[in-house]
This record gives sequence, structure tokens and C-alpha cells, in this order.
Amino acid sequence: MARSVTTRHKVTATIAAWIVALIIFFPILYTIITSLKTEPEAIAGFSLIPSGTFENYITVQTQRDYFKPFMNSVVISVGSTILALIIAIPSAWAMAFSPTRRTKDVLMWMLSTKMMPAVAVLVPIYLMFRDFGLLDSRIGLTVMLTLINLPIVVWMLYTYFREIPGEILEAARMDGAGLWQEIVYVLTPMAVPGIASTLLLNIILAWNEAFWTIRLSTTNAAPLTAFIASFSSPQGLFWAKLSAASTMAIAPILILGWFSQKQLVRGLTFGAVK
Amino acid sequence: MATQNTKTLARLMMAPSVLLLLVWMIVPLAMTLWFSFQNYNLLDPSNVSFTGLFNYQFFYTDRAFFQSIWNTLVIVGGVLLITVIGGIAIALLLDQPIFGQGIVRILIISPFFVMPPVAALIWKNMIMHPGYGVLADINKFFGFQPVDWFARYPLFSIVLIVAWQWLPFATLILLTALQSLDGEQKEAAEMDGANFFNRFIYLVLPHLARAITVVILIQTIFLLGVYAEILVTTNGGPGYASTNLAFLIYRTALLGYDVGGASAGGIIAVVLANIVAFFLMRAVGKNLDR
Repeated sequence: MARSVTTRHKVTATIAAWIVALIIFFPILYTIITSLKTEPEAIAGFSLIPSGTFENYITVQTQRDYFKPFMNSVVISVGSTILALIIAIPSAWAMAFSPTRRTKDVLMWMLSTKMMPAVAVLVPIYLMFRDFGLLDSRIGLTVMLTLINLPIVVWMLYTYFREIPGEILEAARMDGAGLWQEIVYVLTPMAVPGIASTLLLNIILAWNEAFWTIRLSTTNAAPLTAFIASFSSPQGLFWAKLSAASTMAIAPILILGWFSQKQLVRGLTFGAVK
Repeated sequence: MATQNTKTLARLMMAPSVLLLLVWMIVPLAMTLWFSFQNYNLLDPSNVSFTGLFNYQFFYTDRAFFQSIWNTLVIVGGVLLITVIGGIAIALLLDQPIFGQGIVRILIISPFFVMPPVAALIWKNMIMHPGYGVLADINKFFGFQPVDWFARYPLFSIVLIVAWQWLPFATLILLTALQSLDGEQKEAAEMDGANFFNRFIYLVLPHLARAITVVILIQTIFLLGVYAEILVTTNGGPGYASTNLAFLIYRTALLGYDVGGASAGGIIAVVLANIVAFFLMRAVGKNLDR
């Protein structure tokens, strides 16, 4: 009774799928191609074959000091993710393994904080940051992104931890393991994959966050989002250089993203779709 | 074995995140609420006074307010329409056996990982620019006049860019849901002589209902706050033609220095978001009861 798939059907579907995929990917592809063109080439009309110069990448670094916003992005996104994990792991752990009647309410409430529109608190946050001298500081942005992503991190970890079977804990307890041994030898190895995917997805979210990072930074702590946004009012023609800067800004996260597509669905739907 | 001891420990473990989120939620929101009743301009910070509902009245009577609400709805509705319909179509296509499925998936998911300012600038300069963009090149090739997208159709252009960013998300989630559809059911339907259309309406669509709901609700949360895409393309213009509520509040607060007015707008945004959140929480909450 196996469904026989005709080759013709497969070829038609393949062609259609590839056309759709290439159209969707085209803006990214064309950006990469343009980054390898010279400036006159970049505005000379449609062409998929660049002269293959790396000039633009070098210029972006020497003229605009690309490395600085890049490092800011790395520090802020990785820092906020690790901070969020440190705070969230114990919570998610407690909720998954010692649930009470109110655990569900607490989880829902945490998620609801995520629904608060950022603009609604722009004014107080901006004023507080100004008064505490946190504007345009890496610490300020790291704290901000930690708070923004904390609910998602707790939720993701919770959905992973919940799947660790409780019987294993009981077996370990029977064998005389204490709470500490239980955590170190039994639970941690089983929790690592969940923690790793949470880490990955959250770095992506933090890297691409483009409201607070743009509004709360100017030059010193500006990550790539703010750096690229500063190109919005160009002086003169700069297509190729902008493309080079854009390519460098998205490349690391694009590659991370490709590895995490499976976790993405789970993480962003809070386990509602798997 | 769940002794009093473990319960206390569990509470202690939960305390940091709960307390942090509690403070994070209450303090800024309370400040916004307080500011919304104040006459407070950053250019004249010594002269703060209580004005009651004046800020709300000011926002409410401003023509830009209604335009921004309308624009917010157009962005949310337009992007949802494109991403849900497009997402279903592409998911159905990817669910077929095809050569190079892995690569096709990677290509289609990619726009989701592009940060908003980059996505907006790529589209603004490389694709939709009336002089040098690819669309202009195509128009010229067929002998048409190039279109100045951001001047003529600012809101549509933004919808297009945002839809490009979110289409992968919708596709991926719908595809995941589609792949969990029982193969035997499909076979049975085929054996009973159901054609593609009937199978889609009576079998596939009901199966996707939950995933579609989740896509709509999650995207809505993010789409209500579209900001960077507007900032780097049209900057809200021409006039207020592409200003959504989030952008209007930003304009009022940091360009107009009007803390009171912006806060009133912020409270309105919270109310709007809460209406959406109410439905999302119910959808997600149901899943917990499994």
C-alpha cells in the first residue's frame, strides 16, 4: 500500500519549490553579490556577476570601524542570553519538577509580560537610563535584553525540562542519590540539549532586537542594528559598501539560524506547535 | 517525597525571575500611567503639572492618532494576510517530495534571521529604489516607468518588507504542523475519491487550525510594534502616511519631547496589545492542560 510517487510529480514540485525559494532568498543573495561589486558596478543596472572585489569589506572596517558594533552585538546578545539563562534555569527547573497549583498561572503571567508593547514603556525606560547614566552603555542594553527575553527563556526551558521523565528521578532517589547528586549526575546531562537550543535561539532574538538597541544607544555601545540603521540617510552612493556591512551583520546569525530551525518552531510557539 | 523542604527550595529557585519580571512589569508601566496625567515636556522639565485627561484628549483629537491606528491595523492585517496565505501555499509545496528539500528549507527560512534594519535597507536600496533597484530594472526592461514605491505607496512598501521577514516563520510553523498530519488519514481520503481541494478543506485545514491561530497571534504581537522598518525607510512619512502607533509614540516622545502625550499613547498601545494578548493566552493556555 506504499504511496507511489511518480517522478514527474516530484520534478514539477521540485521546480516550483526551487523557484519560490530563490525568489524569497533573492534579496539576501543579491546583497551578497552587490557586496562584491565596485560602487559604479552596483548602480549600473541588474547584474548577477560581480567583479569579485573585497574592497568594500575592507573599506567598511577602515572607514566606519565595523568591528566595534560587531563586538557590541556579540557582547550584548551573548551576555544577555547567559544572564537570562542563569536566572531562568532554576525557575524553569522548579516549575517542571515541583509544580504546584499555581505554576501554570505563574507561567502564563510571565508570558503576558512579553505582550507589553515596548513603546508603552519607552519614556520611563529612557528617562531611567538617562538618570542612571546607562544610555549608550553595553551594561544597560544587556540588562534590557535580559529582561525582554527572560519570559521566553523560562518558557522554552520549561517545555524542555517537562519532557525529562520523572521516573528517572525516582530511580536515582531509590539508589540513594541526594538532591545535589540528582541535579549534577542525572538531570543536567538530560537538560543540556534543551539549554543549548534555548541559548541558540535567544542569541538570535537578542542579536536582531531592533527597538531598544537603536533607541538606547548612540555610538559607544551601538550594536549592528543601530550601526546599520545609521546608514538610512546616505551621503553619496554607497550601495556596495552597505551591502558588505549588511552581509557581515547577518552572516553569523544566518548560519546559527540554519542550525536551529527545528528549535525555532518550538521555542517561538511556546511549545504549542512541535 | 515532595516534602516541605523541596517546596521551599522550589519557591527560592523561582524567586529571582518572578521578582525581576514583577518589577520590570510594574515600575515602568506605573511611571507611564503617572506621566500620562502630567503636563511634562523634556524641553521644560521644571514645569511639570497635573493635567488630568488632557493628554488623552490631545492624542484622541490629533488627526495623526487615527491615521496611526489605521496604519497599525493595515500593517498587521496586510502582513497577516500575505504570510498566512503564502505560508500555507509554500508549506503545502514543501510537504511534497522534492529534490534538495534541505537546501530549499534553508533558503526559505533565511529572511527570518535578517535583522530588521538590514531587511528594510536591502529592500529600500537594492530592490525598490526607483533609480537603481531591481524592480526598476525589471520595469525598464519591459518598457514601463519605474515606480517610486516609498513615495507613492509607503504603507504597502512597509507591509511588503515586513511580510518578507515573517513569511518564513509562518511557513516553518505551518510546515511543521502539516508534517504531523497522519499519512493514513490522507491515504484513506484519497481512496475514498476526495480530490485535492476537498482534502484541503476537510482534512488539512482543520488540522492546521491550531497552528494558524498560533501564527496569527504571535505575529500580531510583533507586528503591533513594527518600528525599525519604518525608521530606516520612510521615517513615518510622507506626512503621517506610514506612521503606526509605535512610531507616533516615538515621534511624540523623543522628537516632540512630549512625555505626557507619549505616555498617554503608550497606555493606549497597552490596551490594544492586551486585547490581542487575551486571545493568545487562551490559545497557549489550552495547550498546558494536555
